[in-house]
Amino acid sequence: MTDDVPSATGEYDSDIEAAIRENHPALITYLTAGDPSLEDTKAYVEALDRGGADLIELGLPFSEPIAEGPTIQAAINRALEAGTTPEGFFELVDELETEAPLLVMTYYNMILQYGDEPDVRPFVERAAEAGLSGIIVPDLPAEEADPLREACDDHGLDLVFIVAPTTEGERLETIMSQVSGFAYVQARLGTTGARADVSTATHESLARLAEYDVPKAVGFGVSEGDHAAEIIEADADGVIVGSALIDIVASSDDPAADLEAKAEELKRGAIRGAETVTVDTEDTPEPEQP
Amino acid sequence: MSTSDPERNRERDSEATFGDYGGQYVPEALMPALQELEEAYERYVLENEDGFMDEFRERMRDFGGRPTPLQRADRLSERYDREIYLKREDLVHGGAHKLNNALGQVLLAKYMGKERIIAETGAGQHGTATAMAAAHLDMPCEIYMGRTDVNRQRPNVYRMRMNGAEVNPVEAGSGTLKEAINETMRDWATTVENTHYVIGSVVGPHPFPKLVRDFQAVIGREAREQIREKAGRLPDSVVACAGGGSNTMGTFHEFVPDCADPRFANESSGRSPRDDDVALYAVEAGGSSLEIDAEEGLAPNSATLSTGTDGVLHGAMTKLLQSEEGQIMESHSVSAGLDYAGVGPELSYLAETGRVTPVSVDDEAALNGFHRLSRLEGIIPALESSHALGYVEEAHDELGDLVVVNVSGRGDKDLETVLEETEKRDLEAAPEVEVFDRD
Ligand SMILES: Cc1ncc(COP(=O)(O)O)c(C=O)c1O
Repeated sequence: MTDDVPSATGEYDSDIEAAIRENHPALITYLTAGDPSLEDTKAYVEALDRGGADLIELGLPFSEPIAEGPTIQAAINRALEAGTTPEGFFELVDELETEAPLLVMTYYNMILQYGDEPDVRPFVERAAEAGLSGIIVPDLPAEEADPLREACDDHGLDLVFIVAPTTEGERLETIMSQVSGFAYVQARLGTTGARADVSTATHESLARLAEYDVPKAVGFGVSEGDHAAEIIEADADGVIVGSALIDIVASSDDPAADLEAKAEELKRGAIRGAETVTVDTEDTPEPEQP
Repeated sequence: MSTSDPERNRERDSEATFGDYGGQYVPEALMPALQELEEAYERYVLENEDGFMDEFRERMRDFGGRPTPLQRADRLSERYDREIYLKREDLVHGGAHKLNNALGQVLLAKYMGKERIIAETGAGQHGTATAMAAAHLDMPCEIYMGRTDVNRQRPNVYRMRMNGAEVNPVEAGSGTLKEAINETMRDWATTVENTHYVIGSVVGPHPFPKLVRDFQAVIGREAREQIREKAGRLPDSVVACAGGGSNTMGTFHEFVPDCADPRFANESSGRSPRDDDVALYAVEAGGSSLEIDAEEGLAPNSATLSTGTDGVLHGAMTKLLQSEEGQIMESHSVSAGLDYAGVGPELSYLAETGRVTPVSVDDEAALNGFHRLSRLEGIIPALESSHALGYVEEAHDELGDLVVVNVSGRGDKDLETVLEETEKRDLEAAPEVEVFDRD
C-alpha cells in the first residue's frame, strides 16, 4: 500500500479505494466461488468484469454462513458439494485477469484453518500472492480483528468492515478509524438477500457516515438498477450486489450473458443516481419506495 | 492504518475469553446487543441490581422446584462398591437443568425491556424450558429446531406448542442443533433491536458462556453443600455429560477451585488449596465411533473435547469437529441434546489446562446406562445424562470412593428413540421390546 496521498493527485491508499473513487459511482458484485463449479465461476467473473463491475467479491464457501440469507446459503451449499476448497479457490484467483480488483469474502474459521496451525497469516500470505486486494469477514467485528488487520497491513491487503444499522456512537467511530478500502454499509438488519425496495435504514446509515472521508458502498438487498440509483443518490460511493446475481447463476440458461447484462443495468442505474445528485445538490433522502 | 489500543484490547480479552477460547465472532449488527447484554449481566446478575437475582432465585424455588435433591443411589453404590450420589436435575420443572438458564435469561430479557424471545433447541429440553419460562413471564416466544430433532423428540415439540411457543423446523444440513443455532442467529440479526436470543448452553459469543454458567452454577453450589452434609466431605470425583456443556459447567463451576493448582484458586471463596483435586469428568457422546469419516465430512460422534481442534463456530473460539480446511462436520449421537460439533469455550479451556478430564462413551453404553438406572433406581434418565451413567459403569475403579453424578434430565422425551435403538441391539439391561407391543 502507498502512503496516504491526497486524492487530488489521483492516487489512493489502495487498489480498492482507487477502484471505487476513480469509477465513481462504483458497482461491486459478489459471487460464491465454486457455484456450480470453479470453471463456471471464472467465466461468470469475467462476464461481470466486462459488464462494468468495478470491484468483485468472491465468496470462499464456509459450511455455517450465519450472515447469509437463503440465496447465498444455497450457493455455498452447491459450491461445497462441488468440492470447492481454499486451494481451489486460490488457484482460480491465480488464473483470473480482471480489470476490477478482487476481494475475498469468507468466515473467520476458514481464514484461521488455512495452514498447519490455527493462524491468520498463511491465508493472508496466500491471498496476497494470488493477487487479491482485500478481505471481508462477516463474523469478525473490529473487537476481534487485530491479528487479521496486522497481517493484512503487512501484505498490503485491505480489511473491509461492515457498518450495520445498529452501529452508532463510539462503535461507529472505532470501526471508521479501522476501515480500509471502503466501508461496507449494511442496508438493513438481517441477512443477505435480494429485496424489492431500498430500506430507510440505508439513508439513515449513510447520513451517519456523511462526515467520514472513506468510500461507502451499500449492500444487503440491492437487486435492480433503480435501487442502485436511489442508493447513489443518497450519497453512497458504490452499490454491492450479490443475491440477485446468484439468482441468475442458479436459474439462467446463459448465466454469463445474463450476468453481463445485469452488471450493465446496475452500473447504468448507479450512474443515473450520480447524475441526479449533481443536478440536485440539496437532495433530501427519498422516502422508502413502495 | 491500525489504530486499535492494545491496552484496551488486553483488558477486554481477559473478560471475553478463557485463555485463548471465547470471544465475540459475530456479525457487526449483533455487537451492540452483546454489549447491552454484557452491561445487563454485570448489573443484574453480578450486582443484583433491582433485586434481579433475588427474584430469579425465588422463581426458581417456587416455579422451578429448586433446590433439587442429592440422592444416594443405593443399588449403584452396591454395584460399584463405592458411594454414588445423584444430583437430581431431572426433578427441575420441565424435566431438566435447562430451566435454570432459560428462566434466568427470559427474566433478564424482561429486565432489559426486550419484547420477544427466540431460542434454538436440540433435544427440545431447552426449547421446552424457554417456552415455559416465556409463558410464565408473559413473553412471546419462537423456537428453532432441526428437522431430525423435531422427528426424534416429538413430546417436547408438543410441550413447546402447549406453552404457546411457535416451533420452526429447520431443514438445512443434518437438521440438528448446529443448523438450529445458525437459523436463530439469522433471526436475531434481523430482530435484534427488540428480541433476546436465549442461547441454550455455555456456547456462543461473550457474555453468553459466563451468563449461562452463572445461571447453571446453582447445580454445583447445591451439590457441594449437600455432599458435605451427607457424606461429611467433598467428593473424589464429579461426573456430568457434555453437549454444549451447560450442565457440565453448572455442576463443575463450584468445584473448579477445589484443587491444588493456583490457576484455579478462587480468592472470594476463601478456600485453601487442596492436595487432592476433586476430579471433574466431562462425558461426551462417542456415538458409534471416535474415528472421523473425512470423505463424508462426518463425525460419527459428538466428542468435541476429546477429538476436536481449535476454531471459531457460532461466535466463539473453541474446540470443534471440523475438516482440515475448516468446514464444520455433521456430528452424531443417539442423544439429540449432545449432537453438536462445538462445545463451550470455558470447557475447552478447562480441558486444555487439565482441570477437567474429557472422556466419552458410545451410543450403546449410554443406552445401557439408561436401562440400568431405570431398573436399579427407578429413575428414567435423559439419554444425555445416560452418557454420564455409562461412564460410571465403565470407569468406576478410577472415580474414587465418593462420586457425584449429575442426572441432567429425565428421559420421558427419549422413550421412542430408546425403544427403537434398543431393538436394534442386544442390550444386557434392557427389557424385552415385545412387552411394549402388547399394549
Ligand atoms: C437433559 C439434558 N442433558 C444435557 C444436555 C446437553 O446440554 P449441555 O451440555 O449444555 O448440558 C441436554 C440438551 O438438550 C439435555 O436436555
